[in-house]
Amino acid sequence: MGVSRVVPPLPRDMRETVLPGHAACHGCPITMALKVVGAALGKKVILVVPACCTSVVVGAWPGSGFNGSIIHVAFASAAAVASGVAEALARRGINDVHVVAWAGDGGTADIGMASLSGAAERNHNMIYIMYDNEAYMNTGIQRSSATPPGAWTTTTPLGKKEPKKDVARIMIAHGVPYVATASIGYPHDFYAKLKKASKIKGFKFIQLHAPCPTGWRFDPSLTVKIAKLAVETGLWILYEYENGKITLSGPSKPYIDKSKRKPMIEYFKLQGRFKGITEEDIKAIERYVDEAWEWIKKYM
Amino acid sequence: MGIQVLTGNYTVALAAKMARVEVVAAYPITPQTSIIEKLAEYIDKGELDATMIRVESEHSALAASFGAAMAGARVFTATSSHGLLYMHEWVHWVGRARIPVVMAIVTRAIAPPWNIWPDHSDFVDQRDAAWIMAMGMDNQEIFDLTLQAFKISEDPRVYLPVMIGLEGFILGHTAMPVDVPDQKLVDEWLGPRRQGFVIDGSEPLAHGNLAWPEDTEEMFMDIQDAMENAKKVIKEVDEDYGKVFGRKYGGLISCYRCEDAKYHVVTMGAWSGDAMEAIDYLREQGYPVGLLRIRFMRPFPDEDVYSVLNNSRGVIVFDRAISYGSMGTLYLDLVGNMLKHTRTLPYIRNIVAGIGGVNITYKDFFNLIKSTIDSLEKGEEPPVFHWYHRR
Ligand SMILES: Cc1ncc(C[n+]2csc(CCOP(=O)(O)OP(=O)(O)O)c2C)c(N)n1
Ligand code: SF4
Repeated sequence: MGVSRVVPPLPRDMRETVLPGHAACHGCPITMALKVVGAALGKKVILVVPACCTSVVVGAWPGSGFNGSIIHVAFASAAAVASGVAEALARRGINDVHVVAWAGDGGTADIGMASLSGAAERNHNMIYIMYDNEAYMNTGIQRSSATPPGAWTTTTPLGKKEPKKDVARIMIAHGVPYVATASIGYPHDFYAKLKKASKIKGFKFIQLHAPCPTGWRFDPSLTVKIAKLAVETGLWILYEYENGKITLSGPSKPYIDKSKRKPMIEYFKLQGRFKGITEEDIKAIERYVDEAWEWIKKYM
Repeated sequence: MGIQVLTGNYTVALAAKMARVEVVAAYPITPQTSIIEKLAEYIDKGELDATMIRVESEHSALAASFGAAMAGARVFTATSSHGLLYMHEWVHWVGRARIPVVMAIVTRAIAPPWNIWPDHSDFVDQRDAAWIMAMGMDNQEIFDLTLQAFKISEDPRVYLPVMIGLEGFILGHTAMPVDVPDQKLVDEWLGPRRQGFVIDGSEPLAHGNLAWPEDTEEMFMDIQDAMENAKKVIKEVDEDYGKVFGRKYGGLISCYRCEDAKYHVVTMGAWSGDAMEAIDYLREQGYPVGLLRIRFMRPFPDEDVYSVLNNSRGVIVFDRAISYGSMGTLYLDLVGNMLKHTRTLPYIRNIVAGIGGVNITYKDFFNLIKSTIDSLEKGEEPPVFHWYHRR
């Protein structure tokens, strides 16, 4: 029996966005994600990147592994710099260039939270992409507020105790025009969300779940599989928020029904970071996931 | 436009407006706040065609200014004390980025204890950040300096950001007559925005990415060269400004009654006015003393300072900031830079005073200068370092 494609392939030129010579680890979600960004937004992109893995991934001067414009900035300030860029472009009447703040979970959920919140509240015209690899990878796998409970990091050797900070929900509370979650396991969905975001004026936020083989301790060939498992177990929910309403995205639709979700253990067992996870941790995570689903259903 | 009576803060706001800044990103802090309030008012009344980004912190104020400057806009911001310290990471970033930006620093002491009064601690703390740093003495000079700052910052030989220091309250909140030139003349003199590169999406361009040590060092060496160029540019701009607007100040330094002086006083900032008054009285009593005022702390005017002070019988450097555990910041700078030109230094005294906003009057200057010269004339050398505390 032949397999029919449900979704068209991504445009070929996505291969041109990340140039040979980048410095990412094998199986890195960043290069994959940047390709989708390139495919969706084209070359007229200005990425604003604070300290994070991406600062290294795009390579060293005088080269650049990202085929577009990129401004590297101090850790706490991606959204603030992007605010300035967006306003200056608007003043100059440049409307065909996408300003994209691109930061890790640490640069977003922790040190960058004030500038993110400020830029969102002022509703500058930008797309803020938080690639969520659930720890500070660039400095050697330290916990962030987006690290899930039970996960080992170098600063939580016995596993993180606190829940994962829900940044997308925080951004929804800002009342910005568009908030979405995405996953590197579902590039078409991410692509569609970027496309949509690029057509909306104002502040757009996308939280991209981005499994990191190095930090999560899994084989580099498994990045996509693990990303998908996060969705299939219901742990990571793909949705869009617009005009006060949440819409569940295609890949997550089946899992509104709890019985369809794969057992979480399948997700945990592939990752070294969850080696020490306890029954208690799993229960806490299950509770957290149930709550997240309940919350989403309320706004659907 | 003629004479207007303006506080220092309004003077700065007016100069930024007349420079036709396009983006202002700022955050309030006493005693700087009225600068951004005034700019907000200009913009909202339609008197200034600019975008105001009302940011959530000083860290973001300079970050947003940087973003706007990178994308091709003429930008301005202002801060003070803790705002400046909070933004310090960005002060370095903007300096090293080689992007023209102008920022006013309404100087104020640093806590604890909380204190809103002026000294120079916040300002001098930024001296290693690759910014051109100037301090004015009165509101007229602050106005002229602010306009000049844009011209210097945007000169292709420089392309460095500029900060203008004005003492909190003493200048910031004191109204003085300011001769305000015609907008048309300012437009002609300043011209449109210039910068080394623009990131606006028209072509792929990366800024600030990882570089190897040797490349990094070369970029930093370029900054040192640009600072050297700036010395020339600052003088040129001052001369040219004098021709067009009728006021010039002497470039990097300004001298008062130095020609026949045998003793010299060195100051920076608004309290130089009090020192000048003291010098007038000392001259009346036969003391051959002059004042060298540092207008630009970066680039440091080493040659100019050396040529004035080299043959002095005695120098007193008054500092309104101290590097704790060492000595006054200006003194340290000055002595180091004199040594660039000579091995035999005159006697150079360092008096630290006015810290935490303590008011130093012309009488204090008079007494301190007089007693120092009297001792030297008797062949005695008073201790080089003296923290003058007047209770
Ligand atoms: C003010 C400041 N503090 C600390 C650092 C060190 N630092 C650089 S990257 C980083 C972690 C980045 O983590 P995240 O944002 O999650 O991105 P990732 O490395 O995972 O891509 C830290 C702590 C810094 N550059 N600046
Ligand atoms: S540590 Fe993870 S996120 Fe960072 S470059 Fe390597 S794979 Fe990518």
